[in-house]
Amino acid sequence: MALTAHPAFSAGAKAVAPLLPGMIPFGMIAGIAAIDAGLSPSAALAMSVVIFAGSAQLVAAQLMSVDTLSLVVILTALVINLRFTMYSASIAPHFQGLNWRWRWPMAYLLTDQAYALSITRYTLDPQAPAKHLYYLGTALPMWLTWVGACAAGIFLGAGVPASWSLDFTIPLSFLVLLIPSIIDRATLAAAVTGGIVAVAAAGLPYNLGLFLAAASGIGAGLLVEALQPPKTVPMLTNSPTGED
Amino acid sequence: MSSSTAWLIILAIGIGTFALRLSFIQLLGRASPPAYLQRALRFVPAAVMAALVLPALVNVNGAIDLSLGNERLLAGALAAFVAWRTRQVLLTLAVGMAALWLLQAYG
Repeated sequence: MALTAHPAFSAGAKAVAPLLPGMIPFGMIAGIAAIDAGLSPSAALAMSVVIFAGSAQLVAAQLMSVDTLSLVVILTALVINLRFTMYSASIAPHFQGLNWRWRWPMAYLLTDQAYALSITRYTLDPQAPAKHLYYLGTALPMWLTWVGACAAGIFLGAGVPASWSLDFTIPLSFLVLLIPSIIDRATLAAAVTGGIVAVAAAGLPYNLGLFLAAASGIGAGLLVEALQPPKTVPMLTNSPTGED
Repeated sequence: MSSSTAWLIILAIGIGTFALRLSFIQLLGRASPPAYLQRALRFVPAAVMAALVLPALVNVNGAIDLSLGNERLLAGALAAFVAWRTRQVLLTLAVGMAALWLLQAYG
């Protein structure tokens, strides 16, 4: 493909390369979690292709494995993915002049990492040629690695005995996402409140407690922030190294 | 959960996620998200991830177990420490799993 031979595409691919190995365990766990939730291998693979967002996939699989109302699964996953609207707004001015045949696939490939790498590049060099190819250079290797890692997890997950407690990798991977998201008092308040409310409300049917916990946590964060305005408001990041 | 329900959930999340990603790219930067949403979004990862982690470590068979006999809580606490100090994904997973296996074998 001529597209992948373009120097802007190679530059993007070179920038994303160090992030790819970190995605592999996450992708595999997402695959294992989908199998654990009782999905067929084809549905589990469809999940990573159709949704293509690590934390949302892990959360959806986790919720599907316990008795959860379908609407709660869908809304929780979409709340987690709301951050994409911020990336979408931030990167949109750089995609001007492209028709929908470019913009739609590029939107589908939008991830934390592709966004972060591309926007950094565009900010450093606003007049850079072929911005969309740089973006695709970061986004396409992410997609291949993610879907490949999920497929490996699906393959592996079907054959691992329950005594290995491999399901424990799922809360551990949430932990890996949680720790870097706590960056100040307000985010700490959000985490502590969300965690405690979730434990207390665990008995609610259909996992509605998760919703209550998320809403309480966000409320607590906003409250602490309002009481104690931080000097800087850092850009939202959801993942430490590689997911989504 | 039936397999057709699972497929519908996957499809609904997929379409919704694509719509969120496309939103402002489709508008070509003519609009941006409202300020209150941007403020609230900052707390989503911390609130949701904590709400997922803590019950998985603390609730055992439907009851809250904060004792030292709760292997998942101990292994999770150790993994949280490793994640906080190192920010290493693989190391966190390895330490957490190794701790759980050791506690289950010798605890």
